[in-house]
Amino acid sequence: MKRHDQGTYEYLRHHKKFPHLWCAGCGIGIVMGSLLRSVQKLELEQDDVAVISGIGCTGRMPVYLDFNTMHTTHGRALAFATGLKLARPEMEIIVVMGDGDALAIGGNHFIHAARRNIDMTAIVVNNNIYGMTGGQSSPTTPLEASTATAPYGHVEQPFPICELAMAAGASFVARSTVYHVTELDRLVEQAIRKNGFAVVEAMSYCHTTFGRANNRRTPADNMRFLKEASITQRAAEKEDADSLEGKIVRGVLRDEELPEFTDLYDQVIERAHGPITPRKRRVRRGWV
Amino acid sequence: MTVQLLQGNRACALGALAVGCRFFAGYPITPSSEIAEIMSRELPRLGGKFIQMEDEIASIAAVIGASVGGLKAMTATSGPGFSLMQENIGYAVVAEIPCVIVNVMRAGPSTGLPTSPSQGDVMQARWGTHGDHPSIALAPSSVSEAFDLTVAAFNFAEKLRMPVFVLMDEVVGHMRERVDLREVEPKDIINREMPTVPPEWYEPFGNPPSDVPPLAPFGEGYRFHVTGLLHDARGFPTSRLDEIQPWVERLFRKVDRSQDEICMWEADGVEDARVLVVAYGSTARSARQAVKIARARYGRKVGLLKLKTLWPFPEQVVADTAENVQRVVVAEMNLGQIALEVERVVGRSKVLRVGRADGQIVTPDQIVDAMRAP
Repeated sequence: MKRHDQGTYEYLRHHKKFPHLWCAGCGIGIVMGSLLRSVQKLELEQDDVAVISGIGCTGRMPVYLDFNTMHTTHGRALAFATGLKLARPEMEIIVVMGDGDALAIGGNHFIHAARRNIDMTAIVVNNNIYGMTGGQSSPTTPLEASTATAPYGHVEQPFPICELAMAAGASFVARSTVYHVTELDRLVEQAIRKNGFAVVEAMSYCHTTFGRANNRRTPADNMRFLKEASITQRAAEKEDADSLEGKIVRGVLRDEELPEFTDLYDQVIERAHGPITPRKRRVRRGWV
Repeated sequence: MTVQLLQGNRACALGALAVGCRFFAGYPITPSSEIAEIMSRELPRLGGKFIQMEDEIASIAAVIGASVGGLKAMTATSGPGFSLMQENIGYAVVAEIPCVIVNVMRAGPSTGLPTSPSQGDVMQARWGTHGDHPSIALAPSSVSEAFDLTVAAFNFAEKLRMPVFVLMDEVVGHMRERVDLREVEPKDIINREMPTVPPEWYEPFGNPPSDVPPLAPFGEGYRFHVTGLLHDARGFPTSRLDEIQPWVERLFRKVDRSQDEICMWEADGVEDARVLVVAYGSTARSARQAVKIARARYGRKVGLLKLKTLWPFPEQVVADTAENVQRVVVAEMNLGQIALEVERVVGRSKVLRVGRADGQIVTPDQIVDAMRAP
């Protein structure tokens, strides 16, 4: 009998130590599922896919996946990915990072990867905390939250990931949550399909650290929060700024055709060297 | 190749291209920026890739990513950038990724004297990244050595699957000399080994007889995991002693057993020398002049040992060469980094240091004075 997840099951490294290391109820597994379902839907060859991560709970994802995988240094995944993409422009590169990895230590690389609009998919799993290290504040920790390094309440404003990505030049920016799985699947698929720097902010939670300190102790509490605190972009357009305070706006926030870095560099090579043979691209995008 | 007047930095870039480097990621910093500029011009002509990254940390990360993608990859920087790169250098050590890092050394610490030379990063090249690891660092003392040792650096990096440093100093980087660069032929080029087994059997961090596992590029059918966590033969993180201990031993052994090949030097007049001068980089040029003066003007039996490899430190060569001398003068543009190694091998009482860390070159007279000092 065919399992319902037969396809995505094949993409797991079964000889790796399972069970995985994430807490029961963690949202990262859901993001991993979206990634795999998108690879399956897009019929990508495993040899053509690279999954690169930084450090943190989200950083532990690639090892479980039977693709070309790299677990790099804290905050630097996009820079490693940039080198790999230039060496192997035909590969589909998916970079998974947590909010701290991508926006604190990795902020500079996030900005410049977006600025270059280099063709890769950046999935930022945002759980508003540094989970792996025990629950310290992150750049997206909400004002007044209680964390391991903010025992009197967090007094910094959270980082607007998607707005930053758009301002920096990313051609595709989207947000969803681990509660809204079918929407998340769709956005991740679109992001991978996009020829450009595609950001998906996947709102998640860490019930183990943040949740325990902020009265959302169970995974169910957090799922309920994501459901109630979020609103689709279409609905948000009808609301005014005040009522959107603290809400998570979901959907495709930007999808534009912008020049992509490796395409532009191919032109540089042509200028320096003369015409080059067209780069092999996946058929579904059509020939360039 | 024909006779040319070349800058040291340019010779370094040409050496990299000649040995097959097809990726450069870097960040401008005096006195290394010419290398980036030349690579930006020459790489696209060869179908290679150049990118100026947003900082040095991103540069070395991109170099490692490109190497994992199968390209021979390099970056170039100076002291402050080298410091920034250390964490990712450690990543390349643990993940065993071939790459070359050129450091055109300037006076430090910190912003220092951006346009003045030093040899102040010798110990940083040995121990800059945290943890226990071997290191290979080569020190050119001329424009033609900048070419040759960059070629050698790539060969060691590919053969031993590790980052290799080329430590130029600002004098060598910026000087211009007449050179007649040799053709680098396919037989002179070492490429990383490819696996000969099917993907299901491939162990990217296994233990073959050579101590260096083959490295397949991403995207060619061999799918594996690369991580900075200590890992097993398959690349998966482990904390098991029976997997970690052999791995640490192999990491050092793969370099140790190639020591004879890696350690390069030139000796002049050392057979009957009473005084030995040990120097490297542009200081070796002052040392050569000092030795000439000492012999001609003072009739002294002096020898020169020019080190071209700084790490691994050529202990045996230094010990043997210094065996019958009364004094060893170690001259360098720092306050005693290689001198520490010479003292360790030869004994402190025999060694006189000639060092400076003020952005000036060590002069022949300084070295002569040290040779003659009571």
